[in-house]
Amino acid sequence: MSGGVDSAVAAARIAEAGHDVTGVHLALSANPQSYRTGARGCCTIEDSRDARRAADVIGIPFYIWDMAERFHRDVVEDFVSEYAAGRTPNPCLRCNEKIKFEAVLDRAVALGFDAVATGHHARLADGVLRRSADPDKDQSYVLGVLTRDQLSRAIFPLGDSTKAQVRREAAERGLTVADKPDSHDVCFIADGDTRGFLAGRLGADEGPIVDALTGDVVGTHQGAYGFTVGQRKGLHIDRPAQDGRPRYVLSIEPVSNTVTVGPRSALEVRSISAVRPVWNGPIGEPREPLDCTVQLRAHGEVYGCRAQVSGDTLHIELDGAATGVAAGQAAVLYAGDAVIGSATISGAV
Amino acid sequence: MLPEAIEAMAAQLGQVGNASALHAAGRRVRRVVEESRESIAEALGARPSEVVFTSGGTESDNLAIKGLYWARRASGATRVLVSAVEHHAVLDPAAWLGDHQGAKVELLPVDEHGRVQPDTLRTAVEKDPDSVALVSVMWANNEVGTVQPVRVLAAVAHDHGIPFHTDSVQAVGQLPVSFAESGVDALTVSGHKIGGPIGVGALLLARGVDPIPVLHGGGQERDVRSGTLDAPAIAGLAAAVRIAAETRDEHAKKLTELRDDLIERVRRAVPDARLNGDPVNRLPGNAHFSFPGCEGDALLMLLDAKGVECSTGSACSAGVAQPSHVLLAMGADAALARGSLRFTLGHTSTQADVDRLVEVIGPAVERARRAGLS
Repeated sequence: MSGGVDSAVAAARIAEAGHDVTGVHLALSANPQSYRTGARGCCTIEDSRDARRAADVIGIPFYIWDMAERFHRDVVEDFVSEYAAGRTPNPCLRCNEKIKFEAVLDRAVALGFDAVATGHHARLADGVLRRSADPDKDQSYVLGVLTRDQLSRAIFPLGDSTKAQVRREAAERGLTVADKPDSHDVCFIADGDTRGFLAGRLGADEGPIVDALTGDVVGTHQGAYGFTVGQRKGLHIDRPAQDGRPRYVLSIEPVSNTVTVGPRSALEVRSISAVRPVWNGPIGEPREPLDCTVQLRAHGEVYGCRAQVSGDTLHIELDGAATGVAAGQAAVLYAGDAVIGSATISGAV
Repeated sequence: MLPEAIEAMAAQLGQVGNASALHAAGRRVRRVVEESRESIAEALGARPSEVVFTSGGTESDNLAIKGLYWARRASGATRVLVSAVEHHAVLDPAAWLGDHQGAKVELLPVDEHGRVQPDTLRTAVEKDPDSVALVSVMWANNEVGTVQPVRVLAAVAHDHGIPFHTDSVQAVGQLPVSFAESGVDALTVSGHKIGGPIGVGALLLARGVDPIPVLHGGGQERDVRSGTLDAPAIAGLAAAVRIAAETRDEHAKKLTELRDDLIERVRRAVPDARLNGDPVNRLPGNAHFSFPGCEGDALLMLLDAKGVECSTGSACSAGVAQPSHVLLAMGADAALARGSLRFTLGHTSTQADVDRLVEVIGPAVERARRAGLS
């Protein structure tokens, strides 16, 4: 229970359905901002209070589990090292994989619980993960990395509802978080300045920005980790491109610390490889090309494709061109609205 | 709350009047307040003029620590000696004085049972007696139940003319507490720990001990504490203190029997459970254990689900369990400190409660161990 409206309503629904429910709020930071810095100063108070208040209204026990160390190791450090390696990680997905449905789930099972329920907007029935009834809020993408085992102990009570319905229900249930704003951005970067956050951990590391068409150095950057494939803004290129068209980040090369830019057309890819595949859906892993669809980033477009596994690599041939495909993001495969599996993008041409 | 305290408080709730007013209604309320003051003084071995009403233990501790420091600072006494196992209502004001008011705070170490040895205090004081503003050592510890040699410690401070405060929130009602016999200069009492109302307490202040106020205003209480007196709560407090004193022997005997049974049978159910605190000098209603390999939080949750309510000690403001400063001061390592639980018995506790705990503690510990330390 994060202290937001979704997990509060999720808890209320399963409690009402007759499950023996215990609310858990995760303390994820050892040194967060706080109202109070006294002898015991720690932790964000507002969210944990909101979560506790919701649990009280619902009438379930409530505990705070300290997952700060695990979160720092498995999510924050992973986030930093992925950027340092020239990739673009999705920390929410990592948190689901390593914290909510691994650290929390394992502990819960050891303590005698059967499952972990969350306020994610996704449907899960008969072990099959599907998109939410609310397409704008669908979170099946960030859950697509979960294994069958993990899904077998997951419950998503909000899958059939829209966000508007959830908020309305929260108000009817007397939950004060009914109109609390949605959370945005990366939860552990309070000011939203990802580049500043990374610079503080990785330090400035000046390097060239190279135009892919001419091979010319067209600018300098303060750290290749501050860029994402497909990015157009904030490149600080100090001369116009020969063709006069805007430049986009095409690739990030951490070893030579080079950011390569080029025209939008050069961003287009049709063929994607992805590693560490997970097969969690109703279909086994495709040894032959499988017609399905793929989503390449959170809230991103969905493309028709043919997907096939060879060895540990998933090959995806898109029906049409995609842009802004960044290594480190997940490729989640769907059959209709059902998740089939996922893998981490390692390259695209 | 004790029924007698509820009755005494309820009888005043509908009454109009300010105890400071001169008219008839004021006089009537003043009479309730002053009779309560006399009754509390008598029960605790103090003079009525030595009873200063406050909003509870935290305010009383703040007034004693900050007020005595401010009063003594002018003469150059800036060292504040407090035991390392104090409640945060003493530790935090002392730390604040250190951070913002020029105090030099020294935490008096304790032995493995949580006791401040008189020689420890003597050595600390005698480094430079004139520089000590005050000494504060609690009567009995709220976590591990250890009872301090308060009378001896107060005498050490008095050898050098240093005021001595004790937080006796846990002691009143369970141990014989006499302000006069203890020799302390300031003593904290709280209402709700003895079956009185929440939000009322007192600081017993010896004559001639005059802290600088924390709350300035009308000066209602000896000019050291301002604020309109809460006559209904004070009446409830007086009733609770009176009952606590009257029934203390019998109550303590019953609690001691239950507690000893609890300790013995928990040890039998969980042979490696470690009893914390002083084996002899401890509060009758306190049993405090460390369960190696368990996280206290997990154990608490499992016990709560089985209808047993206990406590892990301290949590931060956002609710994350912290290793207890009391156990750390007693020499426990952080992991063992985190695997600790306090079982408190009170006037509603029964043999059936102990039986229930003994029945569920073994499986709960086993399960918590499997869940491991997170």
